[in-house]
Amino acid sequence: MFARVVWLVLRKDLMVEVRSLEIAYTTLFFAVSCVLVFAFALVREGRAPEDGAAGILWISIAFSGTLALGRAFERERQSETLRALLLAPAPRPAVYVGKLLGIVALLAAGEVVLVPLVALLFQAPLFDRPVWLATILLTGTIGFSAVGTLFAAMLVRARSRDVLLPVLLYPITVPVIIAGVRATTTLLQPELEVEVLRFWLALLVCFDVVFVTLALWTFEPLMTD
Amino acid sequence: MNTGEARPAAFDVLTVEDVSRHFGRRRAVSRVTFSAPQGTIVGLLGPNGAGKSTMLSMLATLIQPSAGRILYGARDAVSHGPGLRGLIGVLGHDLFLYPELTARENLEFFGGLYALADPKAAATAALERAGLLDRGDDPVSSFSRGMRQRVALERALIHRPRLLLLDEPFTGLDDASAAGLVARLRTIADDGTMLVVATHDLDLVDGLFDRAVFLRDGRMVAEEDRPSALRATYRDVMTRPQQAGPTNRAGT
Amino acid sequence: MPKWFVPAAVVCAVMMAVAPVLIANAPYESTMGLVQKIFYVHLPSAWVFLTAAIVCGIASARFLFGADPRQDRLAWAAAELVVVFGIITLVTGPLWARKAWGVWWQWDVRLTSSLMGWMVSVAYLLLRQFGGPGSDKLAAGLALFGMANVPFIYISVNYWRTIHPTTSVVPTLPTSFGLPLWFSAVAFMLLFVLLLKMRVRLEEQRARLDSLYLSADA
Repeated sequence: MFARVVWLVLRKDLMVEVRSLEIAYTTLFFAVSCVLVFAFALVREGRAPEDGAAGILWISIAFSGTLALGRAFERERQSETLRALLLAPAPRPAVYVGKLLGIVALLAAGEVVLVPLVALLFQAPLFDRPVWLATILLTGTIGFSAVGTLFAAMLVRARSRDVLLPVLLYPITVPVIIAGVRATTTLLQPELEVEVLRFWLALLVCFDVVFVTLALWTFEPLMTD
Repeated sequence: MNTGEARPAAFDVLTVEDVSRHFGRRRAVSRVTFSAPQGTIVGLLGPNGAGKSTMLSMLATLIQPSAGRILYGARDAVSHGPGLRGLIGVLGHDLFLYPELTARENLEFFGGLYALADPKAAATAALERAGLLDRGDDPVSSFSRGMRQRVALERALIHRPRLLLLDEPFTGLDDASAAGLVARLRTIADDGTMLVVATHDLDLVDGLFDRAVFLRDGRMVAEEDRPSALRATYRDVMTRPQQAGPTNRAGT
Repeated sequence: MPKWFVPAAVVCAVMMAVAPVLIANAPYESTMGLVQKIFYVHLPSAWVFLTAAIVCGIASARFLFGADPRQDRLAWAAAELVVVFGIITLVTGPLWARKAWGVWWQWDVRLTSSLMGWMVSVAYLLLRQFGGPGSDKLAAGLALFGMANVPFIYISVNYWRTIHPTTSVVPTLPTSFGLPLWFSAVAFMLLFVLLLKMRVRLEEQRARLDSLYLSADA
């Protein structure tokens, strides 16, 4: 039952997104603009700083992720479809997981464009160790999305939800940003310090486990009145 | 107990006992009592802000009452567990349909969510009942309000609920569609379902209700069995001066 | 107000009045000089900051899973005090650090964790203020997440070097340092309890007023 509901919700979200691609296009464009703004802001003597790549990548993921989250749940707010989901006898944590996977898929699609762009503009050898990079991005994106999906869902019926989402989300996802940036920076060094990288990855995985569990635990009480 | 897979015991009467709900200082619903046995249509009538939507949300188990109880059969929502939601269908004011998906996809999705054995077949049957089989593969955003209403009603009924809650179902319908909806509701009730309809379109529903509950500022100001001449009663009841104290019951 | 409130308030006021005397008479710390005295305000307020955060977190958890409105009032009051004492800590800290070590701010473990914890409590207050109805539960959820967050920040920043003095400074101090510090700490804690009680009481009165209003014509 749980897995079936997760699959149904995820499939529905992907179907809805594919029809219009509204969130995909706008979020992607926003992420690209973000990177460009950073590039222009930080360019010195015609060259962009090389050390900035990791930070700029993760900031762009965070900003565009917040935007995507806001839009995805705004869509559920129209026609009150989130309420319809809550009215079904489906277990509510399953609804959460379904939405979470949809958001992760969306952000991952964005990263597919972002990473080459950052690598290009900042001369960062991001693709030298692709498996490590993919792991870092995946665990970081899951962590960010886990908290983001919960907060966006719980703010659906709150006032000032547009501005409150970043206000609530960024302080809580600071560990993801720290670990993600540090891990990516480590990855970009010529000689790879594997223990350091392992530490940051372990931290990210722990964060994911703890916060997905916390979200599953609190989703029901936060969604009911 | 409930695994969510097995359907909980179906109930044959809905009882609302002295139910109140407030938000901070604002009294949304205040001490409302009525009951709806199998096969009856109860009307919640009142102006905007009277508390009809809040009452329906409580009946749908989305909001808990601040005071009083709502009993489905002999037990309340908490003791039934989450499976109870599988016995309730809701037609909201905002229709609960994904505009980007087709009518068929919407119905199949909700059919799957309500754990139907064959969502695809159920969706086709639902489209047929709505008379929209030929438009089944068009996105809902291309439908008129009346067509969307029909799909939304089928969505609410796809899992054959015991209790059907409708919030302002006549909004934006033309006369023919409204008459069709009234006939449809009567058929559904005759099948054994309990219906609670919140509306302020009194002219359309004359003769539909087995019981009418009049709400004003969250309070129940009158209750009538087999009401006739709804508009006259409504005007009379609503312009009566507000009195604190027991509600008035115009009986059979 | 409960019976103990006024006597406690008097005691607290007296302690606050006496504290500067004790602080002034404490011996000069040889390397840092006069500025080091701010330590007697910084450390106690940091302790209160931490205590308030823990109170807020626990009350939020209990409210979220138990729906007891008293826990909600407690959590809100505690969150406000986290912000207040956090400001005191985060201002006195850099003032001291500037003189003692020459930098206003350093991204080490304690500073970063404190700052982020403070940010979460500000977000809590913003949510309660601007979130509309139902934001009490949402804020409780935020507080829980904030609490769960702190170990991660601590661990991640701890992986770097830190220049913040370790708490072992306290036990090894000679009593002439020790007495003003503990005196200050007790005074601050007492102040915290008094403020918390006052604030919770305000919310209790508000809730009672609401229920009176609601039952006025039921």
